[in-house]
Parts: sequence; structure tokens; C-alpha cells
Amino acid sequence: MKIKIYPFFLIFVFLIIFFVFYKGLKNSNIYTPNVQAQIDIPEFQAINFENNKTINSNDIFFKDKFYLLNIWASWCVPCREEHRFLMNLKKEKLIDIIGLNYKDNHLNAKKFLDELKSPYKIILKDSDGTIAIDWGAYGVPETFLIYDKKIVKKIIGPIDENSILEIKEILK
Amino acid sequence: MKILDKKILSFTFFQFFFVVISFLGLVTSFVVSDFSNETVFNHSHTTKPLFYKISGTWGNHEGSLLLWLLVLTLFIYLFLLKSVEQKKNYRILTLLFQEIIIIGFFVFLIKTSNPFNYITPVPKEGLGLNPILQDPALAIHPPVLYLGYVGSSIIFSSALAAVSLNYISKDWAKHIKKWVFISWIFLTLGILLGSIWAYYELGWGGFWFWDPVENVSLMPWLSLTTLLHCILALEKRNILNSWVIILSITTFTLSMCGTFLVRSGILNSVHTFANDPERGLFILIFLFILIFLSFFVFFFFQKNENKILINLNWVSKETAILINNWFMMYFLVVVLIGTVYPIFLEVITSEKISVGPPFFHKLIIPFLIPFLIFMAIGPQLKWIKSDLKNKLYLILFLLISFILTVIIVKNLSINFFTNTILLTAAFFLFFITVRDFFKKRFSNLSQNIAHFGFSLLILSILFNNIFSSEIITNLKIGETFISDKFKINFKNINQKDEQNYKAIIGEFEIIDSNGNYSIMSPELRIYNQPNIVTSEADIKTNLLTDKFMTMNSVQNKEYFNIRYQIKPFMLWIWISVILISFGGLISFFKKRYEN
Repeated sequence: MKIKIYPFFLIFVFLIIFFVFYKGLKNSNIYTPNVQAQIDIPEFQAINFENNKTINSNDIFFKDKFYLLNIWASWCVPCREEHRFLMNLKKEKLIDIIGLNYKDNHLNAKKFLDELKSPYKIILKDSDGTIAIDWGAYGVPETFLIYDKKIVKKIIGPIDENSILEIKEILK
Repeated sequence: MKILDKKILSFTFFQFFFVVISFLGLVTSFVVSDFSNETVFNHSHTTKPLFYKISGTWGNHEGSLLLWLLVLTLFIYLFLLKSVEQKKNYRILTLLFQEIIIIGFFVFLIKTSNPFNYITPVPKEGLGLNPILQDPALAIHPPVLYLGYVGSSIIFSSALAAVSLNYISKDWAKHIKKWVFISWIFLTLGILLGSIWAYYELGWGGFWFWDPVENVSLMPWLSLTTLLHCILALEKRNILNSWVIILSITTFTLSMCGTFLVRSGILNSVHTFANDPERGLFILIFLFILIFLSFFVFFFFQKNENKILINLNWVSKETAILINNWFMMYFLVVVLIGTVYPIFLEVITSEKISVGPPFFHKLIIPFLIPFLIFMAIGPQLKWIKSDLKNKLYLILFLLISFILTVIIVKNLSINFFTNTILLTAAFFLFFITVRDFFKKRFSNLSQNIAHFGFSLLILSILFNNIFSSEIITNLKIGETFISDKFKINFKNINQKDEQNYKAIIGEFEIIDSNGNYSIMSPELRIYNQPNIVTSEADIKTNLLTDKFMTMNSVQNKEYFNIRYQIKPFMLWIWISVILISFGGLISFFKKRYEN
């Protein structure tokens, strides 16, 4: 009798293990560090994409106003995906979108914008990627919601319907 | 019947051949930087050196799965080639079980992780390979480790086949032994390479961190090492049958379990290529299908007929093997619990804990002492029945080890008790194996080398721990740090541009109390694709000690954070592991075990 119980007991134990692992899979472990709410935006100087003039960040971001900083590149595939959401946002005129062109070839970037239209009010060049580092970006695409010269929200990866809803929620 | 045999062989050959073609296709895409392939786009970049373009093929989830399949199909083909003298139904059943595994992986690859996804428009540039993976040791670490893991799948299938046919016997042990050794050698070397990488690249100045990812490779190793000893007992004495079967199943299950843990995103590590719950779910279900399948085979077919037969003598080699089996199982359970418990706890109570080195040290070290002593005594005993006559030298050697240890330990300000016992046990094994080299010469050389290597490993780790010293300080250029043992002078920094990164190289002059003078130049590397800063340790290795220095920049500060470590016997840790696997290699080529 003892031998008959043994296999079933083992199967039972392993079913429990299966269940625990299954549950463990559900709480996804994607590591997104908690961005400390309301970090001051870095002060920097950058070259304007359109006229190659140097601008200071203080002349772009003003107090008491919302901005969206979007880091993009023509070689970045997900940037194409999120582009239509940015265009919609532009049409609704809720917020100024600033583009940061990350490590890109100027001609390629221009082609990208000619093809898809630009959602940006100002585009800054970040040829060597150092400005993105100052902002604490992980890669492209990445988007920062800024209010009162502070980072309110950070979206890693392409923007989608949900993030647009969240942004609108905050804007209200 | 002959024709059927040929057909099966050519089937497995073509199966292998087609996987080779697709694998070479992926390698080619990486070499020519074909960014229309999603895998290449995500993990490569045109400025990467050719070597890392090639190794990038398996430096990601999709490619590494393809590599896994490549080894799986290669091994079953080799198995069929090498087992011609075995019974037909046994070979076919092994093939059947192996094909279940292969098909499972094929479906996994195609359904969730196709390496040949196409993207339009074709991007101009790829996203790059994670810089910490751009390291020679790590480039060959996955293939070597996979050879070990996948080798264990052959053992698994063959054990299930042998159980179904009631063929667990001396003959079977003799035949499967080669596969046990080959997987064990590769698994050992694979773990070693991973460890070397962690030491040279991560810059934490250690070689084993009890990180979950390291633990999941250690668990199959422990199980496989136990199996290796059991299979010898089976071959020699036709005992420990159930041990052999269970360990064959466990080894492969633990390899799969490791794959599940690191691939599913349940754990966070550099090996977590992609956090995709769908993938995790697939491996999980597949893993449990295999587990339940082996349960079924085991309980349905396993005959316990030789239960009466087992009549172990207290003083015999088999008893020694059995005792050490239990120790190995204990170590395995400790590592398993330390790795899996945090996951269980988080699921059940959503409380996060991390189990670190202190847990493992506390639970493993005390049991390491008897383990080492039994490891020294076991090989001195004979099979079946041995006596304790002429074994006085054992006590003599124990005494010598003890005295030597006391001489070493008494002047040091460390915990006298545990260190003394532990060192004594390690020295004991060391001396006994050295004696055997002279006494037994070439009989059983493989076992002796492996056990000698293990004693050397434990001794190196202990000395490394006891005699290491470390200094952490902040220095500006031109400043000097002075301690009673040495002087560190931060002379200069230089810049260097490489194809895939820029480097800031510090120049440090170190003068120790004996007036020895050396220059250390740790680096900070700023990789361009993706943009990541890594700290590259400068390590000066010689036979006795390693000098290890890392430099880190501190944000908005002129000074650098400097870490300087002196680590004795580092090289011997690597050498002893190579010795251990070399012992296995000799055994692999040997015709018969103990003539």
C-alpha cells in the first residue's frame, strides 16, 4: 500500500510546485526602476536640428508648463510604431513635444521626418548620446513628461494607447 | 531490419543537417550585419568586432535556443552512431524520448522565439550587444555549457529507455558512462568559464556570488557528479540502480529548470534575455510534461527486485560512495532551497527576500568537513569488503594536516576553530591524494587527479578568503594613498578610442613594503552601441597572487573611486577546476574502470 501512495504524493507535490511557478510568472519581473517623482530636468545645451544653432535648455522648457521630451532616431524601429501617437497628440494641441534626435545621421533623420511628418515643436540633436545620458535614458525610444521643469513621468520604450491615456490624465 | 536502422540514422543525420544550415544562416546574418533580421537588429551593430558578431549569434534568447537545438540533434545522431552494439529496442526507445525533447524545443523555437523574424523597413543600424557580454570567456561559455546540459538529455532519454526495457545493468552502465563523463566535463568547464567571466568582467573581485543564475548551473553539476560516482558502482557491483535512474532524471530536469528560471524572467540577471511570460509558460509546461513522463516510466516499469541483494558492508567503497551521495544531495537541496525559496515566498506572501552567501556558507561549510574526509578515505577502500588493517597512515596524515594547519592559522586573527578544522580536512585530502600519486601510480589516475583537483580548489578558496586584502578609497589625479602595506599613486589618465568603445585608462603606481613596484591601469569603457559605461578591472595575475584594481567615476566629482585588492591563489582556483575536469577526461578515454 505504501508504494502505491508514494507516486501520487510526488505528483501532488510537483503540481503544487507547478502552480507556484505559474503564479510567479504572472507577477512579471520587468525591472523598471522607480523614477523618483519630480526630478529636476538637467540643464544642457544642444544644437537645433533645423538651423544648427545652439540653444540652452532654459529657452526651451519654461516653468508652469507641460512638455513632452521624446528621444528618437531614424534607425529605431519602435520609434516608427509610436510616431502616429505623437502625431495625434500634436493634432490635439494639448502639449508641446520636444524631439531629441539620438545618435543619428542628419540625412536619415530628415528623410524619416519628410516621410512621416514631424510631431515636434523643436528638435534637438544628440549626436553622441550624451544628453540622453544626462536625462537618465536607457535607450530609444524613451519619453519624459515634464512639468514646471521637473520630470513627472518617464516612459521607457514606445508610447502606446495606455501611455497616451496616462499622459492625458496627468494633463487634466 | 538493417534497412530500418539505416533509415533512422539518415533521419537523425538530416535532422541535424537542417539545423546546422539554419544555424549557419543565422551566423551569416550576424557576420554581414543583415538588419532585416530582427534578432540581428536587436543584438548586433556594424561597428562590433567580427568575433563578437559571431558570438552574438548565441548571445541572445533566439540564437541560443537554435544553438541548443543544434547540440540536441548532433548528440542524438552521435548516440545512434556510437551505440550500434546495443539492443535495437533500447536504441529506438532512447531516440523516441530524445525526439520528444527535440520536438518540444522546435515548437518552442518556432512558436515563441523565431530567430528569423523579418522587419521592414530594414533598419540602417542595429541596437548592439550588451557590452558586458562582449568578452572572450563569455563568447564560448554558452556553447560549452550547452554541451553539458544537452549531454544530460541523452542520459535522461537513455535512462528512461533502459528502465522501460528493464535494462538497467552493468552493460548499460558501461555504455552510458561515456555520456555521463562527456556531459560532466563540459558542464564543469562551462561553469568555470562563467566564473572566470564574472571575475574578469563584472569587476566585483569574486568568482562565485551564489547568484541564482550560478546556482542553477551548480545544481545539475552536483547531481551529475553524484551520478558519475553511482554509475561506477553500478558498472562494478550492479548496485544503486534506483539512484542512477533518479539522478539521470534529476540532472536533466534541473538543467531544464535552470533554463526555465533564467529565461522566463522569474529571476533578474544578465541571462534573462527577454521577459516574456509566454515563453516562461511554455518551458514550464514542457518541463512538467517531462517530469510527469519520467515519473510514469519510473513507477510503472522500475522493478525493485534487487532489494534483497543490497547488503552493504560498512567498510567498503560502495558505502563510501553512498555516504558521499547523501552529502552531495544535501548540498543540492541547500542550493535548491536557497534559489527557489525566494520565488515561493514572493508568490505566496508577496514578500521579497534575497538569499545571499551567508546562508550558503553557514549551511554548506560544516558539512564540507566530513565530506572532504570521506572523499579522502573512500578511494582507499576496496569494493565489497575492506578492512582497516594497514590504514594507520590515514591517522598519521590527519595529524600532519592538523599540525600544519595550526602553524598557519595561529598567527592570524581569524576564527580559529572553524578555519582549523576546515583547513585540516582539505589538507588531509590533499596529502592523501598526493600520496596516491606515488603509491598507486597509474591505476585509477583519473579519480586521483579529480580528487586532488578538488582538494586544491578548496585550499585555494580558503587561502583566497583568509589572505585577501582590500582597499577602497577616492583619489584625484596626482594624489597618493598610503597604508602600512603599500602606497598607491594615481599618476595620470589616458584616453583610447577603439572600434566599439572609448576608454579612459587610469595609471596607478603601486609600491609595496618590500619596495616592489608595479603599474596598474584599470579602465572605464564607454561603449557606443548600446551606450553603456562599464568598468574594466586591471588584473595582474601571477602564480601566487592576483592584484586587482577597478576605477569608477563619481558623478560631478573630480575624484575617482578606486578599489584595490590583493587576492592570493586566484589562478589556482581556475587550475584546480581544470584539473578536476581533466580527471574526467582521462576517465572518458580509459577503456575500463579499475581493471
